[in-house]
Amino acid sequence: MSQSNDTVSKILIVAVTLSIVFSVIVSGAAVTLRPAQERNEALSTRSNMLAAAGIIEADASNDKVAETFERFEVLLVEMGTGETVSPETVKAESAESYDQRRAARDPDISRGLQDDPAGINRQATYRKAFVLKDNGSVERVVLPIHGYGLWSTMYGFLALEGDGNTVAGLRFYEHGETPGLGAKIQSPDWVAKWKGKEIYEPGNWQNPNFRLIKGGVGENTEGREHKVDALSGATLTSRGVESTINFWLGERGYAPFLARVRNGEI
Amino acid sequence: MAELKTKDVLFGPILHNNPIALQILGICSALAVTSSVTVSLVMCASVIAVTCASNFAVSLIRKQIPSSIRIIVQMTIIASLVIVVDQFLKAFAYEISKQLSVFVGLIITNCIILGRAEGFAMQNGPWLSFVDGLGNGIGYSVILIVVATFREILGAGTWMGFTVLPLASEGGFYVPNGLMLLPPSAFFLIGFFIWAVRIWDPDQVEEEEFEMQPHKVREAF
Repeated sequence: MSQSNDTVSKILIVAVTLSIVFSVIVSGAAVTLRPAQERNEALSTRSNMLAAAGIIEADASNDKVAETFERFEVLLVEMGTGETVSPETVKAESAESYDQRRAARDPDISRGLQDDPAGINRQATYRKAFVLKDNGSVERVVLPIHGYGLWSTMYGFLALEGDGNTVAGLRFYEHGETPGLGAKIQSPDWVAKWKGKEIYEPGNWQNPNFRLIKGGVGENTEGREHKVDALSGATLTSRGVESTINFWLGERGYAPFLARVRNGEI
Repeated sequence: MAELKTKDVLFGPILHNNPIALQILGICSALAVTSSVTVSLVMCASVIAVTCASNFAVSLIRKQIPSSIRIIVQMTIIASLVIVVDQFLKAFAYEISKQLSVFVGLIITNCIILGRAEGFAMQNGPWLSFVDGLGNGIGYSVILIVVATFREILGAGTWMGFTVLPLASEGGFYVPNGLMLLPPSAFFLIGFFIWAVRIWDPDQVEEEEFEMQPHKVREAF
């Protein structure tokens, strides 16, 4: 190493040139690969949604995902009223490309929450719902839900049968809960326990009281169709899941929309 | 420095001077990503790409790098290349990039790469440095694939997703060893691998640092 390289000016020249060259390389790669990455993300959301609905396996091929997804209708639902709106209302190209996470930060189409059981701070006014119809009658309704667990916001899909009440599947696809404890919200064994549960108690279609209980749900547990085992060692994650479900299926969430589904208006 | 032959530079690191087995570098990622062979292969390809390119780039500008900021310069080059690789994986191998998650980013801190940049590319020409990067990348990959093969077969009964040992839970005979799916199992396997390599090539065995003296002091009782 020659001594001449260690002058201040040489150091500055090398450092600045290197930074410029490599920032061009990095940003060039990021920009040119962006479209392919966005396609992948969209595809992954679709396959998560379909897997939650229990219609395809989580590792189904891309073609299968695209083909199955075609059968679903993407609706934009106004929270609190259950009315469906067109994509133009939220300035989106299509209902699917509407970004509800970004919308939750836009003051025009979201609201802050004072009473905030799910720990999400702000709620987008319009949210997606995925509906699968067979011969005119609703087969599945898949609802995107999210809420705060112990460490992180957990994002998932809850799939309901056509009655807008019976759980067909649940899938959390993004979370940062404790590996081995709270992260079991993704375990197939636990998720299987949700199948067939009912969110609402008969006659109370606005405020569900779904519970995750300690000690497990047995044959004799009272109201066991509205209860699921809590995750052991993950009390706060379980509570987070419970309030997420109750919030999003409550009157400020999808309950009015689900009422319309039951009445055959959708 | 004596004249180096391309062949030695390329094949030396695979068994004779393996970065994991002899220099015990890059263990972290070797533990983390070897629970399945497919994921390991992608990790290996990424590491090979980064070592080759970073060695080449560092060697190209080695005569211009001021020695007082050389490590930062090398890290900048390595980090940029890793980000590029990460972007490529997200674009073309999305599922696997999700499984690799943070470990692609952690290639930046893989000691093999900085070690080769500092230890080899700073003193040698671009071509030799490129070959050295390739050789060390392959040396790393050999261990990863061997470890991943054992872990996936013993832990999940499959190899690259194909069933090798039918699981008892699915009507077969094999009860999988859960330990194999956990990172510590890679320690045992790497240990066995190093043992095997040193039996094959006893020169790699280190000299003992000291010899135990026979016990001379008489005990109190």
